[in-house]
Amino acid sequence: MSIWEYANPKKFMQTSAWVLPWITGLAVATLLAGLFWGFFLTPDDYKQGSTVKIIYLHVPSAMMGIGAWFMMLAASLIWLIRRHHVSALAAKAAAPVGTTFTLIGLVTGAIWGEPMWGTWWAWDPRLTSFLILFLFYLGYMALWGAIEDADTAADLTSVLCLVGSVFAFLSRYAVYFWTQGLHQAQSLGVVGGDRVSNVYAAPLLLCIAGFILLFVTLVLLRTRTEIRARRISALLARERRAA
Amino acid sequence: MMPDLGRYATTVLSAYAASVILILGLVALTLWQGARMKRRLAEIEARAKGLAE
Amino acid sequence: MIALLLRDLRLATRAGGGFGLGLAFFLMVAVLVPLGVGPEAATLSRIAPGILWVGALLACLLSLDRLFALDFEDGSLDLLATAPIPLEGMVAVKGLAHWLVTGLPLTAISPVLGLLMHLAPAGYPWLVLALALGTPALSMIGAFGAALTVGLKRGGLLMSLLVLPMYVPTLIFGADLVTRGAQGQATTTPLLFLAAVTLGSAAVLPFAAAQALRMNLR
Repeated sequence: MSIWEYANPKKFMQTSAWVLPWITGLAVATLLAGLFWGFFLTPDDYKQGSTVKIIYLHVPSAMMGIGAWFMMLAASLIWLIRRHHVSALAAKAAAPVGTTFTLIGLVTGAIWGEPMWGTWWAWDPRLTSFLILFLFYLGYMALWGAIEDADTAADLTSVLCLVGSVFAFLSRYAVYFWTQGLHQAQSLGVVGGDRVSNVYAAPLLLCIAGFILLFVTLVLLRTRTEIRARRISALLARERRAA
Repeated sequence: MMPDLGRYATTVLSAYAASVILILGLVALTLWQGARMKRRLAEIEARAKGLAE
Repeated sequence: MIALLLRDLRLATRAGGGFGLGLAFFLMVAVLVPLGVGPEAATLSRIAPGILWVGALLACLLSLDRLFALDFEDGSLDLLATAPIPLEGMVAVKGLAHWLVTGLPLTAISPVLGLLMHLAPAGYPWLVLALALGTPALSMIGAFGAALTVGLKRGGLLMSLLVLPMYVPTLIFGADLVTRGAQGQATTTPLLFLAAVTLGSAAVLPFAAAQALRMNLR
């Protein structure tokens, strides 16, 4: 069991076909359970009222918006160093998922911010760096879409992902330096539950697990699609050569 | 069944609605693209097999 | 390498080389913004550092798609790639040439535009210093973006989408340096950060850009 076995698309297709139903079921179950628990069974916050329920969408999607980029970074590195073809396709497959999660984080944040801070949008460091992350996602996907040759596209997007990561990271610190924020710091402390009370923490953790599983499911599905697309272009090229 | 959301009902519900729409949109797109690729691949593979025979 | 630098400078300054277009664009921004926001000196002097920096950013971006594209089309990029000097050095020289024909003139005329924008008197030395320190980073980041998109038709628009987010740190530190300088506050922090971004870009990005060029030429 090592990731190098799965550099063979056939092996990857077999294993993922076997894993997918399970992980899909698990993702749906966790997500529904977490959201149901959070939405119906937790009390209102004494200050924020019922808006606290937005946390079950906002925090997990924001975490995965960043997590997806880290996964793309790892996958790009694996591709650049070892020419692991499935890894490159997985990075491509993850980008739209990460973009959507980032967008959900931004949208739910805006909706939440309106009653709490009295504004949809503030040029707060967290919000701003998230918006910049969104722009990096757009550029990454645009570059994938623009290059015809598949391996060149994988190469160039990987380099962009590496350099982009450095600049996204820099932007984050620049933005913190640039303005003071409205946004609270971390919601989930590693030690103790003193930031978000335990009533909210348990369903929140379940929702985070659900979002992670959803991400894995979608990336697997999309990677399979990408592998098929790659196979189609290979077959078409062979046909053209035969003709 | 429905919890009392108080004066923030629209806020909470719209946040949930927006997220659900975005997630379902992404899932639908993924499934649709997947099915389309699968179909095209089956088509082309059948043709390739016919060519080989 | 010096020959390459001179060649690039000659090509850029020759008729049709696009030299001066960036400058004219920079001037345009400084004229159009007051027309848009109104002539009040107080407003203008408050937004002057930001507007001048955004103008410099866009002016720099304008000339980037020519950085490698022309050489790619006529094949001289292949020659340069197989030349005895390392591709990394070639990229660094091209970035330097780009800076000499855009960033440096922008820096030189920026005080005049600062005058149009009612920049506070204390801000002038900082404006020049910030642009002089920051624009090399813009050229190097741009060279990386240009290297990524060199083989593409209509790569210019895509390149701005790739490059502009990477300009964020330079923009923030650069504009902040000028703002603080104009208001007479402590300037050490943004100054050091701006210099760090530029030095880091100049040290690392030639390698990344050269790698991207090799991938494109393969």
